[in-house]
Amino acid sequence: MSLVLSIALTHIRARLRQTLVGLLGVATGVGFSVMMAALMEGSQRDFVSQLVDALPHISVSDQRREPPPQPAEDAFDAVEIHGLTTPVIRPGIKNPYAIIASIESWLPGAVAPSVQSKAVLRFAGRDTAASVVGIDPRREPNVSKLATQIVAGSLNDLYKSSNAIILGSGLAKRIGARVGNSVTMVGGNGRTMSATVVALSRTGVNQLDENQAHTLIKTAQILAGQTGLVNEIRVRTHDAMGAREIAQRIEAETRYKSVSWLEANEDLLSAFQVRNFIMFAVVGAILLVASFGTYNIISTITHEKTRDIAIMKSLGMPARTVRRIFVLEALMIGVMGVIAGWALGYAMSLGMGQVEFKSPFMDATRLPILYSPTHYLLAGAVALAASAIAGFFPARKAASLQPVDIIRGAS
Amino acid sequence: MSLPATAPQGRPLIETRGVTRVIGGDIPATLVAGIDFAVQPGEFVAVTGPSGSGKSSLLYLLGLLDKPTTGEVYVDGKATSELSEDARAALRLSSLSFVFQFHFLLPEFTAMDNVMLPMRALGKLNDKEMQARALDILASLGLGDHARKRPDQMSGGQRQRVAIARALANDPLVILADEPTGNLDTVSSGQVLSIMRNLVDSSRTDHAKAIIIVTHDLDLAAKADRRVHIVDGRIEAPAPQDD
Ligand SMILES: Nc1ncnc2c1ncn2[C@@H]1O[C@H](COP(=O)(O)OP(=O)(O)OP(=O)(O)O)[C@@H](O)[C@H]1O
Ligand SMILES: [Mg+2]
Repeated sequence: MSLVLSIALTHIRARLRQTLVGLLGVATGVGFSVMMAALMEGSQRDFVSQLVDALPHISVSDQRREPPPQPAEDAFDAVEIHGLTTPVIRPGIKNPYAIIASIESWLPGAVAPSVQSKAVLRFAGRDTAASVVGIDPRREPNVSKLATQIVAGSLNDLYKSSNAIILGSGLAKRIGARVGNSVTMVGGNGRTMSATVVALSRTGVNQLDENQAHTLIKTAQILAGQTGLVNEIRVRTHDAMGAREIAQRIEAETRYKSVSWLEANEDLLSAFQVRNFIMFAVVGAILLVASFGTYNIISTITHEKTRDIAIMKSLGMPARTVRRIFVLEALMIGVMGVIAGWALGYAMSLGMGQVEFKSPFMDATRLPILYSPTHYLLAGAVALAASAIAGFFPARKAASLQPVDIIRGAS
Repeated sequence: MSLPATAPQGRPLIETRGVTRVIGGDIPATLVAGIDFAVQPGEFVAVTGPSGSGKSSLLYLLGLLDKPTTGEVYVDGKATSELSEDARAALRLSSLSFVFQFHFLLPEFTAMDNVMLPMRALGKLNDKEMQARALDILASLGLGDHARKRPDQMSGGQRQRVAIARALANDPLVILADEPTGNLDTVSSGQVLSIMRNLVDSSRTDHAKAIIIVTHDLDLAAKADRRVHIVDGRIEAPAPQDD
């Protein structure tokens, strides 16, 4: 065993209780950092994946970002236009199936048409507003999780009767309808049609479940009073994170507004950045406090060992050896603390993963925990670096001590 | 005494030329002034003088623990004032060692480990050789049975002998002792003293050492080859040997 190591070990062992306190400080810091990171990133990933699953990655709608240019604007550089009434534009995407075919030709992913319309559902004498989405049951499973979110019946039951409807589970509860009931739909321009409830869907997001219903595209078109209408094309990409670029390309090619889920949830995603910043600040503070503990211990040891340091230096031990002894002591506390902290963090993450979590907006779930080696390595590295720095300053002071000053006073 | 009172000639192991040490601060103090002094291989020199005369201060300068304000200290012919802190430490480790009034052993380590400390710092021997040498030295000082004891498990005289054993660990050229028997009873004092005496005498044939011992004890000083008397930081004319 090297000299430095054996002296360091002796010091650490001689101050067992203090060493333990320092170790606990580091362990608590690392443990809480690991747990918080697991919780924060776990919930974030969970939330994003729910978001990504619940919504199409890209929604191409029949809106345009800019009002259509006036012919005069094409002809002249500067025009002033007064009292213009924009002509009524027929809603819907023009040539939707041609557009779908052209997107499908290059897109890594899937495309499906849909019709978004508003309707009032009349059942048992009560009116409830709902958004009725017309879908193609053969294409829909490629772009959304709807097929897996059916809790009674199935998606293909839409073909079973002439006007079939799938109600969100919350919506069904609100109006009191069950599978097999017949509800009346009232469209935007007063058109009335009756439909049979063939299935119920449940996403787990209350707001969607209480407001959404699905029908065949044809049914929604009749409800909206416009045959051939497709006012949204939904796109699911293989790589959800690349949706922004693909949306831009689709928009450039089709001139229709196409919004990626990243753009639609920009405010949420930027809130995550704030949250991450707060997390790093808190974790950093915890580790900093832990390193104060280490500093304190190494300071105390060097102070108590002033005479021993003077002896070692008077024997001819170089200053760097003395410095190494105390930095090594800090690192030993750090390493033991990190290992204990990993165990603590893992145990706390496991414990947190058991907690049932009830939200007014969602179904009850367990707290989502992300177990990532990166968290452990990062917390460990930061704690070790903090320990080394915390040990370095007292060690440097100890190493620069002049032995003659101590020996003069002691003899 | 059968030994000659005059120093054997040759290159001095340690020598000072015009060494003065002034301490600054609120009240500047001159610890020693104009010291010219040389110790030859095989010499056992006693440094005497009243309390506060600068004996310890001189010893620290000779042992490179302190630096002269002016003048030069030569160790084995080498000037030391221009050396770096590390080089002075290295020279201390290989060629000089101290024995103080207080034993200054590391309290958590056994006698063995304390004696091995300078060897390990020097790093010339392997573990086995170091252990064998440490045991040898301890045994030669009558501590063979106490090698595994810690300082707090030994008597004052035993501790002081361990300190001497540690001083011998790297086979130094010069041993500097500052009242090594000051805390000991007469029996232990006699023991320590004869150990030192033997060291010098037995080393004369091959690897000649020198010992410089600071003492109040005139009986002890009388056993030295030579006596240097210091008053107010200056060497006075050598007092007559009273044996
Ligand atoms: N750090 C210091 N600052 C100022 N004066 C000092 C300092 N250290 C020592 N002195 C003074 O220097 C002088 C010499 O001290 P030194 O310890 O060398 O004496 P000494 O001969 O060893 O005495 P003793 O026999 O009592 O041990 C003393 O007068 C002492 O007061
Ligand atoms: Mg003294």
